[in-house]
Amino acid sequence: MPYQIASYQVFVPDQDEALDFYVGKLGMEVRTDVTVPEMGNFRWLTVGPVGQDIAIVLMAIPGEPMFDAETVSRLKDLMAKGVGSAVFLTTDDCQAAYEELSARGVEFQEKPEERIYGIDAGFRDPFGNHFRLTQPREGFGG
Amino acid sequence: MASEPVRNGHHLLRAKDLADARYAEPLTVGDLARAAGYSRGHFSQEFRRAFGESPHAYLLTRRLERAAALLRTTDYSVADICVAVGLASVGSFTTSFVRMYGLKPTDYRASFPPASRFALIPWCLQRAYGRPQHRTFREDGAQPSN
Repeated sequence: MPYQIASYQVFVPDQDEALDFYVGKLGMEVRTDVTVPEMGNFRWLTVGPVGQDIAIVLMAIPGEPMFDAETVSRLKDLMAKGVGSAVFLTTDDCQAAYEELSARGVEFQEKPEERIYGIDAGFRDPFGNHFRLTQPREGFGG
Repeated sequence: MASEPVRNGHHLLRAKDLADARYAEPLTVGDLARAAGYSRGHFSQEFRRAFGESPHAYLLTRRLERAAALLRTTDYSVADICVAVGLASVGSFTTSFVRMYGLKPTDYRASFPPASRFALIPWCLQRAYGRPQHRTFREDGAQPSN
């Protein structure tokens, strides 16, 4: 294909808190963190897994004039209910990753369990964005 | 055989993986040795034999590579970057950085365009956030006030 996915945006109501979680707890690396004065101090903050060339954009929820106050409030409510983004991660060892991330303070709402396609577990970021951590069984993918 | 705990380097690789994954924490060569199940002295020797450099050098260069990347791609202060790569002393960080890159961290950063110019901020966002905001135009005065 003539394109690749470079980054994917996840809304976060608080970028500093997001940084603490995605880097401090999930162990991702900061790829870019710049605040641009000519864009009204817009902060472009991206993180990604060590050794993988793809980034998650930790995007602040914009206020006026892009989103009015009601939209922001509704979006935050929906995110708190789990209607946010979902990121699907794979790992070679779900149990080991679960233990390491738990020790770093990630709260799993689903512990590792056997599925038809492998072993997986689930957690959320502090804002309700959903993550699944899957150790695929041989032959499963995509 | 049993007296030679590591023949295939697997345990040493575990130490290297730990350095790669946890360099941002105040990790020491002692921690790496423990992860590999070696005594400190023996570990350094074996690590060098397996990977061609000492564990200290490996961990430090891993941290310096990340620090250099953060100098190029973020607007964090040097002190913050020092902490972000797991080093406690800005002085020794600067010394190591100069030894590796030939420039002080601030000079290294200055030798590149500002990070915000490098950042791949999509046009749709530049357009949206770059619009002048909170401006009062003359025609506002012509509208009836609420």
